[in-house]
Amino acid sequence: MTTLQAELVGRGNREGAALFREWFAELDNTASSGGLSAYVFVMGSINEILKTFDLPVVFPEINSLQTAVRRVAHEYLEEAEDYGYSPDICGYVKADVGTQLRGGEHPMGQIPKPGISVLTNACNTYIKWAEIWERMYGTPTFTIDIPGTRQAGAQTWKGDGDFEADRRYVEVQLGELITLCEEVTGKKFDIDKFREVLTHANTMSRSWNRILELNRARPSLFNALTDGTIFLGVGNGLRGTEAGARYFERLVEEMEYKAANGIGQTMEEQYRLLFVGVPCYPIFRRFNELFTDWGGTFVNSTYLWFASGGTNSGFQYDLADPLASLAEGVLVSVRDAMDAMFHQNDVLIPMVEDFGADGVIYHPIKSCRTVSTGLADGRRHLTEKLGIPSLFIESDMMDRRVVSEAQMKNRIDAFFEGLATRRQQADAGATE
Amino acid sequence: MPARLSEVIGVAYAAGVDVGSTQTKAVIIDEKGAIIGRSLVDTGANVIKAAESSFVAALSQGNVDEEEVEYIVGTGYGRYRVTFGNSQVTEISCHGRGAVHLFPNTRTVVDMGGQDTKAISVNPQGEITDFCMNDKCAAGTGRFLQAAAAALEIPLDDLGPLSLKSDRPIKISTTCTVFAESEVLAWIGKDKKIEDILWGVHKSIASRSVALMRRVGINDEITFTGGVSLNDGMVKALEERLEKPLNISDDCHYMGALGAALFALDYVMTGRAPVASIAEATS
Repeated sequence: MTTLQAELVGRGNREGAALFREWFAELDNTASSGGLSAYVFVMGSINEILKTFDLPVVFPEINSLQTAVRRVAHEYLEEAEDYGYSPDICGYVKADVGTQLRGGEHPMGQIPKPGISVLTNACNTYIKWAEIWERMYGTPTFTIDIPGTRQAGAQTWKGDGDFEADRRYVEVQLGELITLCEEVTGKKFDIDKFREVLTHANTMSRSWNRILELNRARPSLFNALTDGTIFLGVGNGLRGTEAGARYFERLVEEMEYKAANGIGQTMEEQYRLLFVGVPCYPIFRRFNELFTDWGGTFVNSTYLWFASGGTNSGFQYDLADPLASLAEGVLVSVRDAMDAMFHQNDVLIPMVEDFGADGVIYHPIKSCRTVSTGLADGRRHLTEKLGIPSLFIESDMMDRRVVSEAQMKNRIDAFFEGLATRRQQADAGATE
Repeated sequence: MPARLSEVIGVAYAAGVDVGSTQTKAVIIDEKGAIIGRSLVDTGANVIKAAESSFVAALSQGNVDEEEVEYIVGTGYGRYRVTFGNSQVTEISCHGRGAVHLFPNTRTVVDMGGQDTKAISVNPQGEITDFCMNDKCAAGTGRFLQAAAAALEIPLDDLGPLSLKSDRPIKISTTCTVFAESEVLAWIGKDKKIEDILWGVHKSIASRSVALMRRVGINDEITFTGGVSLNDGMVKALEERLEKPLNISDDCHYMGALGAALFALDYVMTGRAPVASIAEATS
C-alpha cells in the first residue's frame, strides 16, 4: 500500500467520526454554559439561517439513533414509556423525551435545551414533537410549511407559475424565521455571513451529489448503509460550515482516488443492493453483516436521499439573490426528501440501472409509519416494472424489542439463496 | 476433485434434516430422489440431540448406514444445530424445492408450521421467486391450533376431524395465539358447540394464510406443506377459501427435510454444494 493510499482510503470515516465528536463536544459546552441551541430535523434543517446566527444545532433524530447504535436506547424508550408515551409511537420521539427527562444526559455528552426549534412539515410527527418542547420549556417553535409534490411525475420547476408561487410562499416564511432568530439571539441578520454560509452549503451539496454518483463504480467505493450514515451525520450537523465543506471536498478526493484505482470496500462485492427505508440501528453493524456475509453491498439508499434533507440533488444557491435562492433550495430539497417516501419509484427505477443493482431491500419499521406505509405497494410496483428481486423485512430503527435477528436472518438467507441460485444457473447457461 | 462416494462404495444417499420450532424431521433419499427413510421427533429443548435422533431414526427406517450418506443439509430454524450437516439452506428454499419435486406443477406453496406460516412462489425448477411470512406474531399459525387444543383439552390430531363435523360454524375474529384460550373459552361460555368453534378457528387461520398467499400471487398449482397440512379441517378450510384443490401428500409434513435432501443430492450428483451463508444468527 502506498503512502497516499494509506492516507486517503478510509479518511472520510476517520475524519467524519472526529468531526462528529467535535460537534457533540460543542453541544456539551453549550449545555454547560447555558448557551442557546436550535433544535432542527434532517428533512429541512434550515441550517443556513441558523448558522448565520451562530446557533449550535441539535438534531434530536441523530441523538436518538445514537442511543440505539450505542445499545442504550431501551433505557431512554422505557423512561419515556414510564412517563406515559405509548410503545406504538415514534422511537426517535421517545428517546428524545427520555433525554429531556434525564436533563440532557446522552452517551455522546450533555445535550443543551432548545432555545428555538425549527421544523418543516416533511414529517407529520415533527409538528407534534416540537410541541413537546413547547410544553416542557416554552421553546419558541417555527414551522415552515413546504408544498410537496402534488402527484407523481408532475413536478414543477423554476419558471413554472406554480413553482414560483410556492417559492415565494417559502421565502416569506424564511423572512419570518429570520425575525424570530433576531429576537431569540439578540443579533441582527448579517447578509454577508449568510452568503458565506451558503457558499459552504453549496460546496457540501455539490460534493455529496458527486460522492453518490461515484458509488456507481464497480466495485462500489463505500457502503451506503454503514459508511453512508457517517457521511450523513456530518452532512446534517456541519452543513453551512467551513469544516463541513472541507470534509466533503476531501471525501470527494478520497472517493475519486478509490474509483480511479479500483479500490472498493473491504469485502468482495458479489451482489449490489439498494436499501429502502431507515436503518436497523439497534443491531446496526450486525444487520449489515447479514448481507455482507453473502457478499451483498449497499451501493445506494433512499436514506441517503431523504435523511440528507434532499441535498443529494446538489442544489446550488445563487449568492446574488440569497434569500430567494434559499427558498428555492429548501422547496426543492424538502420536496425531494418527501418524494423519497411518497414517490420513491420515480428515482428507484432509474437507480436500479444506474447503479447496476442486483436486488432491492425494503426495511419498513414499526416506529415510523410515514416512511413505511407505502413500501409494500412501492415494492410491488417496482417488481412489476423491473422484475428485480427484492426483500421485505420489518424491524425497527430504535426498539430492540421488535428486532428479531433470527427471523431476519432466515429471510435474508432465503433471499440470497434465490439470488445465488439464479446466478449459478445464468453462469451455467452462459458457458453451455 | 475427489472420487464420488458412489464410485467408491457403489451407493450414495443424500439426507435433509429440518429442525423446526416444534418438530424435527429427517429424510434420506436415493440418487433418483425417492424417499427411502423418514422420521419425526419432537424438537424439545435439546435441539442438537433432536437433529441427531431424527437422522438416526431415518437411517434406521431406510436401512441405510451413516457412511452411505454422502451429504447432509440442515434446514429450519435450528439448521445450524445440525452439527453433523455439511451445509445449511433455509426452509423457505427447501419447501419450494420439495414441493416442486413431489408436485411438478406447483407454483405456490403454503407452509404452515408451529410458529410461522409461509407463502412461497416458485418457478418450474423449484426456485423461489418470492416469499412472504408472518412477522413478529404467531397468529394464524399452528401455534394457535395448539393453544385451542390445550384450551379444549382435545388431542391436536383430533382438531381437524372434529371441526369437519360443524354444522353451524361461528365466526372467530381473532387468531391471536396469546388470547386463543380466552377466545375459545368465551365461545364455550356462550354454549357454542366445540366443533363449531373449531371450524371457526380453522376458517380464520385459512383466511390469514390466503392473505399471505395473495401477496406473492396465487398460481396453479398450490401445494400445502408443513405439519398442519396433516389436518383435514385446515385442508378443507383453505380449499374453500381458495376455491381450488390443494396438492397434499403424507410427505408434505416432511417437505422441508425433503427439499434439504434434494439440495444435498445436488452435491451427490454434481459435486456442487448448495449456496449458503457463512454465519449463523448470534441472537
